[in-house]
Amino acid sequence: MKKIVCACSYENPEGTQLCAQCGRPLTKEDEEKKVVDMRYDGTAIRSKTYKTSFIDRIWNFFSSVKVGVSLIVITLVLAAIGTFLPQIMFVSVPPGMETIDVYEEKYGFFGKAYYVLGFSNIYASWWFQTIVGMLAVSIIIASLDRGIPLYKALKHQRVRRHASFMKRQRLVSETVEDEKQAAETFELAEQTLKSMRYHVKREQGALLAEKGRFSRFGPYINHVGLIIFISGVMLRLMPGFYVDESLWVREGETTAIPGVEGYYIKNNQFILETYDEKDLKGQDSERVEQAINTRAKNYQTDVTLYKEDGTPLAGDTADLQKIGQYSIQVNKPLKYDGFALYQTDFKQDELKTMTFDLVNKTSKKSLGQITIDLRNPKKEYVINKQTKVALQKYYPDFTEFKDGEPQTASSIPNNPAFIFKMITPEQPKGETSFVAIRQTLEPFGETTYKMKFQSVETRDASNLTVRKDKTLPILLVGGIIFMIGVTMGSYWSHRRIWLQRTEDGRVLLAAHTNKNWFSMKKDVSEVCTSAHLTDYHDQLEEREKQ
Amino acid sequence: MNLLDLSGTLLLIAFIAYLLAILLFGGAIRHKQRDVSTSNKHWGNAAMVVTIIGFISNVLYFITRWIYAEHAPVSNMFEFATAFGMFIVGAFLIMYWMYRLATLGIVALSIAVLLIAFASMFPSDVTPLIPALKSYWLTIHVITTVIGEAILAMSAVAGLVYLLKTVSFKKPSKERFWLEVVMYSLVVVIGFVVVTAIFSSMHYDAEFSYIDTEQQQVEIAYNTPPLFGMHESRALTPERMQPLMDMPASINAKKLTTVVWSFIVGTILYGLLRLFCRKPLAQVVQPLVKQTNITLMDEIGYRAVLIGFPVFTLGALVFAMIWAQEAWTRFWAWDPKEVWALITWLFYAAFLHLRLSKGWEGKKSAWLAVIGFAIIMFNFVAVNLIIAGLHSYAE
Amino acid sequence: MQRKRKRLFIRSIILAVLVAAISYTVYVTATGGSKKVVKEGDQAPNFVLTDLNGKKHQLSDYKGRGVLLNFWGTWCPPCKKEMPALNEAYKAFEDKGVQVISINIAQSDFEVRDFVSSYGLDFPMTIDQTKSVMRAYNVDQLPATFLIDSKGKIKRILTYGITEKEFKQYMESIQP
Repeated sequence: MKKIVCACSYENPEGTQLCAQCGRPLTKEDEEKKVVDMRYDGTAIRSKTYKTSFIDRIWNFFSSVKVGVSLIVITLVLAAIGTFLPQIMFVSVPPGMETIDVYEEKYGFFGKAYYVLGFSNIYASWWFQTIVGMLAVSIIIASLDRGIPLYKALKHQRVRRHASFMKRQRLVSETVEDEKQAAETFELAEQTLKSMRYHVKREQGALLAEKGRFSRFGPYINHVGLIIFISGVMLRLMPGFYVDESLWVREGETTAIPGVEGYYIKNNQFILETYDEKDLKGQDSERVEQAINTRAKNYQTDVTLYKEDGTPLAGDTADLQKIGQYSIQVNKPLKYDGFALYQTDFKQDELKTMTFDLVNKTSKKSLGQITIDLRNPKKEYVINKQTKVALQKYYPDFTEFKDGEPQTASSIPNNPAFIFKMITPEQPKGETSFVAIRQTLEPFGETTYKMKFQSVETRDASNLTVRKDKTLPILLVGGIIFMIGVTMGSYWSHRRIWLQRTEDGRVLLAAHTNKNWFSMKKDVSEVCTSAHLTDYHDQLEEREKQ
Repeated sequence: MNLLDLSGTLLLIAFIAYLLAILLFGGAIRHKQRDVSTSNKHWGNAAMVVTIIGFISNVLYFITRWIYAEHAPVSNMFEFATAFGMFIVGAFLIMYWMYRLATLGIVALSIAVLLIAFASMFPSDVTPLIPALKSYWLTIHVITTVIGEAILAMSAVAGLVYLLKTVSFKKPSKERFWLEVVMYSLVVVIGFVVVTAIFSSMHYDAEFSYIDTEQQQVEIAYNTPPLFGMHESRALTPERMQPLMDMPASINAKKLTTVVWSFIVGTILYGLLRLFCRKPLAQVVQPLVKQTNITLMDEIGYRAVLIGFPVFTLGALVFAMIWAQEAWTRFWAWDPKEVWALITWLFYAAFLHLRLSKGWEGKKSAWLAVIGFAIIMFNFVAVNLIIAGLHSYAE
Repeated sequence: MQRKRKRLFIRSIILAVLVAAISYTVYVTATGGSKKVVKEGDQAPNFVLTDLNGKKHQLSDYKGRGVLLNFWGTWCPPCKKEMPALNEAYKAFEDKGVQVISINIAQSDFEVRDFVSSYGLDFPMTIDQTKSVMRAYNVDQLPATFLIDSKGKIKRILTYGITEKEFKQYMESIQP
């Protein structure tokens, strides 16, 4: 490894800009500058030191801030492109239609092109994720390459720096003083600086006051937080860390919670409330009036949560332990044992029971009523000894006849149809009738009686999302570390003031801060006044003015 | 007078106070001495007193409306824009307390005044919240975000002052052109306010029926004369202007009409101003910033980003994720508004890296600050009005 | 020189770990997420259900025998179509150590009994009222047939209507 030997005979690694020992500028370029670059305290950024193997070259690529910023900008642009049209997850595709056709129909050629180019599902695409992954690599490598040398440089700071370092700082002052005056100046300066809460270190004829060094590590700490956050997001993809399921449950029914073994939930009641006049406080505008009785106020499912006793065994509902009753509302999920249930959707007025009247067609006289529980119909409904209705077939979601056989599209009673056998005193052998909503067929001939539809009872169904995310604590920790780091780095500044007496009888002052020069100047000004030094000048502002 | 009327009056007082303060700040700058901390006392102090009165009134508006509505007044376009204006003034007050610079006031208050005027073009009645928005996390998330954005906006204010001072108007350049574009876009906002105010004072109302993307026939009411019609529109109100052309279903022609009207009126206004002043608007306002210390302005711009960035991160990302986890079942849903918050965040992250590691200071930094504000405004206006998502306030 | 080699070594390791993590992420998202699913080769989740005759069937009790699970519903045409075939296959393999358990998805007792009697089915018929068995097996499409060997491992998962010949072949494959 090549070394750069400074005039003070200290050996610096290649790439160093300012000697770690005395602070002399080491490159021609830095020598010519009036104010030196203090970003990493003049240390060599590690990656710039080696350029040999293939691995090193990859490493150096990711270490570059230019590459990092480019990756940020690429991510930003791709993310923006993804908002031009709704993403696939927000687009509803009707059955029997292709997604691409939906895009084309809604957004024309642009929509089609957008879909073909993969922008319609951009955030899940391998190239978007690769870019974000590369950004993460860049964060790690760039931080390692800069953070470690900076830490070392700040830890091993020398109190006395070379005059050429001092005079290349942005804020400088120079005063001619004899030895006695200088000693007094140093005392006064130390007092003032200490009262301003600087850490003061002194050596023979030199002083270094420092404040807020920790703020220099803020960026590295926030990068650690970001990496923890990103790893949390990646960890979600490992099986078992993340559950995303949903379930429908009707009022009065109990169902197993998918994704969480051994838990069951019963829907006691679904509640939908809308705003009424009272909520609107007598404002008289058309817009507000429109909200009355139409705008939803509350979606809520009252549930009972059960857990299976002992080791969960699917199908075993004999020993369910009641855990408690809860109200799940939008924005108020039910949280238990690491999983959460959210109110996501609802369906109102699903048929629950149907009541029929057994009526004589000619006399219109009724022999009695039967009520059928559509989720659990009985084989026979007895009205009295001679009168009963036998249920022969039941089709909860009747669609059509196929080969003479009625078909059902699902198990949900959306359009119930029945084949009844009506046994009456007049017809003790029974008459058969096919009954569906607004449709009655008599397959075996005209009947004396009919099942006359009377009334229905309905109930609601709730759709709940089941979510379990074991990575949330990791994400939270990452977020907190990020916030701590970014706050450290943003709200505090690292201030340093150097003071030294040269052999030719001058007292030199130099000051540097990584930000907030306005306050730094106030500090320096106070030191200059109290220690009787010539007031500082701002070399950068002077240069601007020229 | 009920609380809502009171809160409306307070907002009006704040608006007038801000306008007055702009004029007073103009005086303060004109009489300014070289030294920063001992600026012309009379004008400067008067301007600050008026600004503070306005700000107090503005805060009282916010509080009274909150009490009346029983939810934080940040739930629709009107409320959000006024809150943004209020917090920009708040951010300016902090910056003034730190740096005592009147030049910032002129630009910051102008932006606040424009925002409040913009807000008042939207319906201001209190509507009850839908269940998804009922959460104290939402309140925390939105208010923190607006505060963060207001502080970030101060960096654009400083950047604009920096550019007005440093860009040369002597010969045409890209910089000069883009600076004028910034001025023009401010005039377009005035155009929007003017056109909306004129037609609403005339009670302009034209109803149409049209076919939406789901092939349903629906109705829509225009409050400005329809330049563009909705998809296959038919007029329901007789004796009103017919649209010049119909738009496909995926484009909301009503909003497009408003935007185009704003540009037409804004452009006319801009043309009149140019005729009247006989030079670019940026050059017209340049004397106001003549005495500015640009190194200090650069530092203020940078500090505003440093102060605003953590607040923005906390509000727009951290609190947003916590709320989303409660309300939408997942902390991140790639909703357009959310994505644009991420874009804003990435942009300012890039800003900080470029400044820290690539030494992008001065003009480059100032331009980035102005672009950052443009992104914030895009997220606020365009994403709300054009890209409908879970966050859309537009109804 | 040694420091240099050490550095190269550390860098290679860090890069390799990062590349592996990113590739895994991209791969998992590309192949459709991380949902925990029951796959062929997995241990079949244990369950207990009561059939229409009141007899309890617990999967673990059938260790040493092959088990064919058939999830179905009356609204699903291929389910209905394969039932007679399954019944024939059941009769052929009942004494050869292959148990058939049919699981209806949360329909009413009436519908299932009616179906069983009109199709004349002989194998044990159960109803998964709470859908817990269905969820344990991640059944999202009917019919679904699971072939479980004598060690309790899932050998095949079939999600289409099956013919009698095929049923017999599959049963043979799980015959102990």
